[in-house]
Amino acid sequence: MLIKNGSFDKKWLMDKRKIRDLICTKLMLIITIIVSILFFLIFLILLSKSSLILGSESITDLLFSSNWNPSNGNFGYFPVIVGTIIVTGLSLIIAIPISLLSAIFIAEYAPRKIRKILRPFLDVLAGVPSVVFGLCAFLFLVPLVRDFIAPFFGIESTGLCLFTASITLAVMVFPIIISLCVEAFSSIPLELKEASLSVGATKWETVKKVIFRATAPSIISAILLGFGRAFGETIAVNMVVGGIPKVPSSLFAPTETLPSLIASKYGELMSIPKSESALMFGALVLFIVVLIFNLLGLILLRNAKKRWKL
Amino acid sequence: MSKKLIGEIETQNLNICYGKHCIIKNVNIKIPARQLTAIIGPSGCGKTTLLKSFNRLLEIRDDVKISGKILVDGNNILRSGLNVSDIRKKMGLLSQKPYPLPMSIYENVAYGIRIHNHIDSKKLENAVNNCLQEAGIWNEIRDRLHDPASGLSLGQQQRLCLARAIAVQPEVLLCDEPTSALDPISAQQIEKLLLKLKKEYTVVLVTHTLRQAKRVADYVIFLYFGEVIEHGPADKVFNNPKHPRTKAYMQGEIS
Ligand SMILES: Nc1ncnc2c1ncn2[C@@H]1O[C@H](COP(=O)(O)OP(=O)(O)OP(=O)(O)O)[C@@H](O)[C@H]1O
Ligand SMILES: [Mg+2]
Repeated sequence: MLIKNGSFDKKWLMDKRKIRDLICTKLMLIITIIVSILFFLIFLILLSKSSLILGSESITDLLFSSNWNPSNGNFGYFPVIVGTIIVTGLSLIIAIPISLLSAIFIAEYAPRKIRKILRPFLDVLAGVPSVVFGLCAFLFLVPLVRDFIAPFFGIESTGLCLFTASITLAVMVFPIIISLCVEAFSSIPLELKEASLSVGATKWETVKKVIFRATAPSIISAILLGFGRAFGETIAVNMVVGGIPKVPSSLFAPTETLPSLIASKYGELMSIPKSESALMFGALVLFIVVLIFNLLGLILLRNAKKRWKL
Repeated sequence: MSKKLIGEIETQNLNICYGKHCIIKNVNIKIPARQLTAIIGPSGCGKTTLLKSFNRLLEIRDDVKISGKILVDGNNILRSGLNVSDIRKKMGLLSQKPYPLPMSIYENVAYGIRIHNHIDSKKLENAVNNCLQEAGIWNEIRDRLHDPASGLSLGQQQRLCLARAIAVQPEVLLCDEPTSALDPISAQQIEKLLLKLKKEYTVVLVTHTLRQAKRVADYVIFLYFGEVIEHGPADKVFNNPKHPRTKAYMQGEIS
């Protein structure tokens, strides 16, 4: 009787565990599905909301016309798209080499004590809200550019310009790329470095030919994340970029980016249905570009693995 | 005039400490050139530490202190101001687990050659192929030279690492339990290769298995808690150990 009871208990327990397992599995599946649906939902909302402008104007006009004049119903996104590309591109051009070098310094060259202090510091920096960066840039970088840097190149500037925005973004992107790369570099086994050093390679040769290669996929992911942050950054850019939808004539000319434009014009243009639709189209472009870049990143990652024989 | 043998290692009052822990204590040994020397001793006694001090690989770790002298062909390699890469080039390393570089099989071997010589691609190809042949792996990989090295089996990877080591024409091969991670067949292959290579290189082999040491060693160093208890020609140490601890180790009483 006792034994029977025991086995009954066991069986019941078994069933309970099985049910719990089943519930968790299904729950995870459902959550995943909801998240994926959300992605398509956003896409559909953007598409339906921008259908009005897409119906009345050709997509080439929207993308390639330089005429931005909402009160007359002209929505040429070209200057803003160019502005976005230049601001983001420049910030990454500045950020990538500097981040990689400082990451390699922290992971490979710095004494252990400095590394211990720097790493949490970087993580905090990566989490600082962008409005703080924007404010600091507005208070320090803008006057610096206006009074010293732009005049040095013989250009008059308000300081609210392409250059300031790119530097601000670069500074925001540093801690992300550095932090992720330090993580990647530190995960390389000591023995792999020893293998390279023991054939007489110098430290720099080892870094260049072994460490960078072995961590190439992680570096690419880090850069992609940095790109995502720079490309989508709204408020910090909005505070220092000048907010004028014109293709910038120089490094120190004001311009505008897509996220910044949407954020600043949303309240202002909401009352006109066509304008709202036009802004939604801008958001759609943003969405699609980010999507494309992530896909490109995936392809790049796969190619890197193949090419570098990882 | 007889050709002077190169690749002789001698240590004088060698002490190595990690922080406050002294691992190698006052070691004085002479490793003969062009022979196979086995370093034996229980786990954690400092064999790897001693071996890696010979090509100054220890100093990439934090807080390692080395004092004393390590003479390679009469020159103290611990002297300051020496070019460390030149020292390391002279001393090939084969580690416990194979670590192929993240590149193709061919590039793994070409890596070291490219660093030290500027030769044209035809010559480079010849050199690489020779090394792969010498390491006994050529026949298995001749058709996939440009595949990732990480795709090889563990035994093949270890032989590739051997090819990579001899590609820069070292004088000494430092081997840290190179067969302990391998299957018996691969282990035997490596052992045979080392026996062949000792004609051209001084081979220092750290090993855990006494049987392996008996099979291949010409000279034996017995290390116990960082001290050299006994060293000498293999037959003497194995058949007629002087120190009671060596005897105990040979009989498997300490391991
Ligand atoms: N980086 C390090 N920092 C501090 N102590 C270390 C370090 N590396 C090794 N040790 C210590 O030094 C001692 C000797 O280590 P070593 O690796 O030389 O031993 P071993 O004889 O090679 O052992 P095994 O046969 O297990 O490989 C060990 O007690 C180990 O804990
Ligand atoms: Mg060891």
